[in-house]
Amino acid sequence: MDNQQFRVCPDTGLKFFRSAEALMKANAVAAVVFLLVGGIYGLGVGLTRWPAVHLLQADQFYLALTAHGINVLLFWCIFFEIAVLYFCSSVLLGCRLAAPKVAWAGFALMLIGALMNNYVVLQGNASVMFTSYAPMEAPPLFYLSLILFAVGALFGCFVFFGTLVIAKNEKTYEGSVPLVTFGAITAAIIAVFTIVSGAIILIPTLAWSVGLISHIDSLMYRLVWWAFGHSSQQINIAAQIAVWYAIASIVFGAKPMSEKVSRMAFLLYILFLQLASAHHLLVDPGVSSEFKMFNTSYAMYLAVMASMIHGLTVPGSIEAAQRAHGFNSGFFEWLRKAPWGNPTFSGMFISLIGFGFLGGITGVVMGAEQINIIVHNTLYVPGHFHATVVLGTTLAFMAFTYWLVPILFRRELIMKGLASWQPYLFGLGMSGVALFMMGAGTLGVPRRHYDISFSGTGGIVHEFPAAANTLMALNGLSVLLAVIGGASFCIIIVGSLLFGKKLGENEKCSVSMITAPPAEEAYEGIGKGPITVPGTLVLAMIFFVSFAVYYFINWKYLAETWGIG
Amino acid sequence: MSEQDEDQIPMMQKLLDNPFILLFLGVATPSLLYLIWGIMEIVSIPLAK
Amino acid sequence: MTSLSPPANKLWWNEPIEKTELLWISLVFVWGLVMTFMMPFWHITGDQNLSTETYRTTPEAFLAKAQKMVDKYTVRKDGPRQTPVVKPPAGSDVYLVARLWDWWPSLELQKGQSYRFHLSSMDWQHGFSLQPANINIQVLPDYEHVVQFTPNKTGEYSVICNEYCGIGHHLMIGKIYVVD
Repeated sequence: MDNQQFRVCPDTGLKFFRSAEALMKANAVAAVVFLLVGGIYGLGVGLTRWPAVHLLQADQFYLALTAHGINVLLFWCIFFEIAVLYFCSSVLLGCRLAAPKVAWAGFALMLIGALMNNYVVLQGNASVMFTSYAPMEAPPLFYLSLILFAVGALFGCFVFFGTLVIAKNEKTYEGSVPLVTFGAITAAIIAVFTIVSGAIILIPTLAWSVGLISHIDSLMYRLVWWAFGHSSQQINIAAQIAVWYAIASIVFGAKPMSEKVSRMAFLLYILFLQLASAHHLLVDPGVSSEFKMFNTSYAMYLAVMASMIHGLTVPGSIEAAQRAHGFNSGFFEWLRKAPWGNPTFSGMFISLIGFGFLGGITGVVMGAEQINIIVHNTLYVPGHFHATVVLGTTLAFMAFTYWLVPILFRRELIMKGLASWQPYLFGLGMSGVALFMMGAGTLGVPRRHYDISFSGTGGIVHEFPAAANTLMALNGLSVLLAVIGGASFCIIIVGSLLFGKKLGENEKCSVSMITAPPAEEAYEGIGKGPITVPGTLVLAMIFFVSFAVYYFINWKYLAETWGIG
Repeated sequence: MSEQDEDQIPMMQKLLDNPFILLFLGVATPSLLYLIWGIMEIVSIPLAK
Repeated sequence: MTSLSPPANKLWWNEPIEKTELLWISLVFVWGLVMTFMMPFWHITGDQNLSTETYRTTPEAFLAKAQKMVDKYTVRKDGPRQTPVVKPPAGSDVYLVARLWDWWPSLELQKGQSYRFHLSSMDWQHGFSLQPANINIQVLPDYEHVVQFTPNKTGEYSVICNEYCGIGHHLMIGKIYVVD
């Protein structure tokens, strides 16, 4: 292979193929742009929900909510994930990208779809929310834009799988793919199921909106749409966990505690994570309790088990590496001596804790068939998924981006001081958003609702407990903090791409971009007795107790309401 | 990796090393357990009296 | 060797699992069984299990049944929209219509008595959200969902809509009164 096709990164030794490099850049930049757009809409939503501010008019609010959801849940996450897929295949396997032209076509389709969608929604007659529940109807272009975007993303998945084949045939690596690549395979598989389900439901819905089909069944729509809508968030989880493992290796030189355990946990995702689409049907008519219980539990909580395994092995691999690096005393020296000023690490660790404690626990609890009755469609639901998709996925992707800018774009980061604070600002703000919305949801405050004071109903009102207004004000403040954090991210990244000090092809970055793994012998005798990662075990136990207590508290809440049969 | 090494690879590792079998499983399992099961239930809902 | 590179040991499947991991996996597996068990357990012992009894219907057919109930059991008119307040006998079938943008009719129920609620939508999807009891059920057009409710406290309850249903979504509200 001639040298023109790739460069070797002077900081990391990774091979960047020119074809893959340009595509990763394009997808990552598009991702950040749509994060920015979605974030601005999110600010409008948060400030409108703040009773004392109530910023937007009703039609503007529903428009902003629709645009916010689609831009961040789909466009930001999936553009970034395509970049991650190319990184995990081409870069990590040291292999040229399969069919770059197909990849560019995919990128173009995604971009056209995303722009078209924003255009249609901004017109004002497509405020149908991310879910666009039939028989509420949007203009045909709305469905078409999502189909184009999804097909583009499917092209990206094909290119990823194609690259795996080339790498294997050309023997660019030996043995099995790296664990991080395996995580990306998991994400790509879930993406294929997601996109196929999206096609199954969106194509007939498009046909219906142009009048070719007379009727779309509301329940059938919900069943199939959620195989798309929820699974797309499961792509995020798989990709985010791949990123966690990657960052643990980048920042600490960590190795998986056990390849077998981590890969089996990903296999449980591949098989069962997507069943959680049933979370949205738990209080729907027409589907049986057996269907609900089996699917909502991801087949007896096997995919939850997988998440809890990753939740142990990611910090566990960090702890083991830190101990091998010499930080072996006590339970938490490894954590205290971690580089908390490095946004790649702090972002990843806040993502891990936030995703687990705020997003994970609440997701499983409200996914219990009967508990869902006191949660469904309240603000608790967006509270939960701001902990998973934003605090978890988005923050993990932000953390990874701080590392990618010098490595991929060959630019030094600007405003490094702000960058080291950014994950804390964003993490704190978003934790507040998640907690306060969940609190308000517990008091019955509905989601997707313009006015919980019911001022326009001519006197038929419902008064929520006074605490609900306080919580919504606190939510508004948290939104401001999160937006400052999110805007800082966008400014730092876009600013670095435009104005960051250029790094020559063979010039090293001013800071170390990767930590060499500790010697194998250094792992001997770490930890306490037979337990190599005692600190992580303590954290895991705290997590487990919080989970169990919170789980049973919710059954108690449920028991206090009306009898339901 | 030599032929002999290949033979020693345990079944489960072979499965995990094959992205296309995983792709098939990852699409087939939720299609069957969620989509098809769900569709069957919806189409068998009786008419109101 | 890190997570960014292929496993050093090509036969990684045969490596032993760390004790910490084994301990955690066992604990988490058992916890999964406990949570799996809780749902059927609650079906047997709990008082809050949403029925899945459902029929296909049409808006017209459903509205006709609701109208019949309203004609028979209305006790007064209520509020600025002069919504009929219906007091159905305990144990009877109660039809609640969801439509853009109200819940129709209002209801008066007796505490401790059970009622067979029939829920359906005349148009788009709606969200039955009974406050402050915080009971939330999806309501769909063309499907009649039959759910039994047993109010356990007296007072004025609101039915708000918590599924987005267009520009008047936040105006959609109805009332249920529970008396002794």
